[in-house]
Amino acid sequence: MLCHNGLLGQTTSQTGVETAGVKHSMNPFDELSVEESVRIREKNKAPGGVEDICVISAGPAKAVDILRTAMAMGADRAIHVETADGDEGALEPLTVAKMLRAVVDKEKSNLVILGKQSIDDDAAQTGQMLAGLLGWPQATQASRVEFSGDSVEVTKEVDGGVETVRAKLPMVITTDLRLNEPRYASLPNIMKAKKKPLVKMSLSDLGVTNERKLKIIKVTEPPARQGGGKVEDVDGMISKLKELGAL
Amino acid sequence: MACRSRLAPIARRMSTPGGLLSRTALSACHPGSPVVLRRCLSSTQTTCLRASAPCQGKYTTDSYPEIKRDQRFSQITADHVAYFRELLGKDSALIDGVTADVSADDMEPYNCDWMRKYRGHCKLVLKPGSTQEVSKILKYCNDNMLAVVPQGGNTGLVGGSVPVFDEIVISMSRMNQIRSFDEVSGVLITDAGVVLEVADQFLAEKGYLFPLDLGAKGSCHIGGNVSTNAGGLRLLRYGSLHGNVLGIEAVLPNGTIVEDLCTLRKNNTGYDLKQLFIGGEGTIGMITAVSIQCPQRGKAVNVAFLGADSFEKIQQAFREAKSQLSEILSAFELMDSYSQDMVHRVRQNKRPLEGEHPFYCLIETTGSNSDHDAAKLERFLEDVMEKEIISDGVVAQDETQIKSLWSQREGITECVGHFGGTYKYDVSIPLKDLYRLVDETRERIETAGLKGDTDEFPVVEVVGYGHMGDCNLHLNVAVRRYDKRVEEVLEPFVYEWIGKINGSISAEHGIGIAKKKYLGFSRNDAMIDLMKQIKNLYDPVSFLCYGY
Repeated sequence: MLCHNGLLGQTTSQTGVETAGVKHSMNPFDELSVEESVRIREKNKAPGGVEDICVISAGPAKAVDILRTAMAMGADRAIHVETADGDEGALEPLTVAKMLRAVVDKEKSNLVILGKQSIDDDAAQTGQMLAGLLGWPQATQASRVEFSGDSVEVTKEVDGGVETVRAKLPMVITTDLRLNEPRYASLPNIMKAKKKPLVKMSLSDLGVTNERKLKIIKVTEPPARQGGGKVEDVDGMISKLKELGAL
Repeated sequence: MACRSRLAPIARRMSTPGGLLSRTALSACHPGSPVVLRRCLSSTQTTCLRASAPCQGKYTTDSYPEIKRDQRFSQITADHVAYFRELLGKDSALIDGVTADVSADDMEPYNCDWMRKYRGHCKLVLKPGSTQEVSKILKYCNDNMLAVVPQGGNTGLVGGSVPVFDEIVISMSRMNQIRSFDEVSGVLITDAGVVLEVADQFLAEKGYLFPLDLGAKGSCHIGGNVSTNAGGLRLLRYGSLHGNVLGIEAVLPNGTIVEDLCTLRKNNTGYDLKQLFIGGEGTIGMITAVSIQCPQRGKAVNVAFLGADSFEKIQQAFREAKSQLSEILSAFELMDSYSQDMVHRVRQNKRPLEGEHPFYCLIETTGSNSDHDAAKLERFLEDVMEKEIISDGVVAQDETQIKSLWSQREGITECVGHFGGTYKYDVSIPLKDLYRLVDETRERIETAGLKGDTDEFPVVEVVGYGHMGDCNLHLNVAVRRYDKRVEEVLEPFVYEWIGKINGSISAEHGIGIAKKKYLGFSRNDAMIDLMKQIKNLYDPVSFLCYGY
């Protein structure tokens, strides 16, 4: 029997990124993770089938909406690790990884799929740290996941091409954009998701403290792109080209 | 003026895996307008419309030999061109095919409409840069008996924005400045040649919204929108341009500049003459600038896409939506299964719903509080699901999904045109009879043996969709080629049908050249006479848009 847990990193924002009044939606990479978990089950990819898909999110109360969406997409149950709203509740990748390790131990999971990075601080560290803490193999930036026997073959997106790796379960997979196209949450499933179990926990329940090792010094926007100029006619273009030294 | 895109250079939207990088997809742009970023809550993705190959269409004069050039009008001479050249001051402000050779590629975009249904013989395009220049051009043309046709983004659907014979095209593309914006009152004053999407993007930065949104937003000009009184997707929420436009600046055929850029919502001082220009289709004057009331941009947008078993069920869903979503409901769009099959066939994309349903609707809510709106929408959806009014549905979870759901609706127009051409009917019909017209039209086409899967049949499919909230149906007949036999089956049948039930033969596209002879089905003789009197009053020579 394969026990399968799709685990999601946290989805709220960090210092410097506007969050107030913004529609909270699932990190697109996490969305891919949920979709892939559900597809592994639906397409009977894993020998022995998928027993359980559990999603987890650490974040303020609003994270529940995201967990419900994940359950509407096909996850069986959810764990919400509640953190304080705003900066105070922000978690560093290592803390998230420790928290996930605690959940994995508790739930006896054998496959963890998470997004390759968050979309606020873009650290892209949690999956790797989690694999390190668990001592499991990892396949990051997955664009294809296939099962053969008790091993999993993962095609990874790397600079300039793809890399294929194989490992035995248990393992950690982080997802990249080309992996799949997440489904829409259908109404009947949204309604069903309301009745699926959602457990609330705190970091201390999992024996993790929110320890800060990093200090964000500054978050700045990239310099605004210089708009292109427009010339009126051929003469204008020639003088512009001359001005730029191209002629 | 204008209402649909010329479809010249188009920035094709790259389809990224998962669609995640589409947030800043480039939009289709009017040639000569800057490529702009799509507004943040824009609904459509701009998809692969066919780039403008030189127009292959037949000349309007060949398709409609009954329309004759009025011999009172002069031929354009080198002297005329010299006058315009001096007036406009630079070569780039005119395209002169009279005294010089101009490649067909340069002239066709002005001669041919985007559906390739209408094609004129224009040899001279003028691009004035100011209201004064427009005034001088019109005065000169009036005095010298030169016929003109004003043109905006050339996105019109009724052949009103292209010449029929050798009229001079006055393109507003150089008058593309936003003049002012009042951040307190939300009143925007802009030149007529500003592309709708550029204006909306400008407003988005200030937290406001242009009260009009339509599929051709990346190309169409605001002047053209106002001249044709374009309706679009958000009319349900924000009302028509007759209410939102506060003032206009226009040039009358004799060169008189009508300066009425009022910024007041209330102004009961005599006749409201600007209303004659709104929807006047450029027949009594050219709009050169507009002042318009813009609403606050809603921060919270939610979109649901639903499937239902019958048109009756869709009507029930609409009633429920109005009562349960009331103030946050911003769009309620109808699509039949034929239109969705067409989108799927052309784009080969994933359908939003798993099963297939005879009818679909798209519901959008816009409000200020995301949680509050989402909860409302969810309650509504649960309710209509439980009452079995709708059979299935999805709710967009993020902006990418909002865009792709909207593209199922906004993409119909281009997908229907994919096979060669479209006969388009944009009509207002009392809601209960709205869809019956589509069924009856399809039956007629089938009975006539014109519809089939192979090339010998001109008709591909008959589809219906539209703005349910405004009783506005788009009946589209997708064809492989324009064919007189199809036209004879459709017309005057469609117009008579609409006349009988007191509908309107043109809900939002206008009259143009396409519907002129059918005006009588929606307006009685006395009304048409009144319109003629007004036309004669302002344009006694009748040189403005005389093709129709």
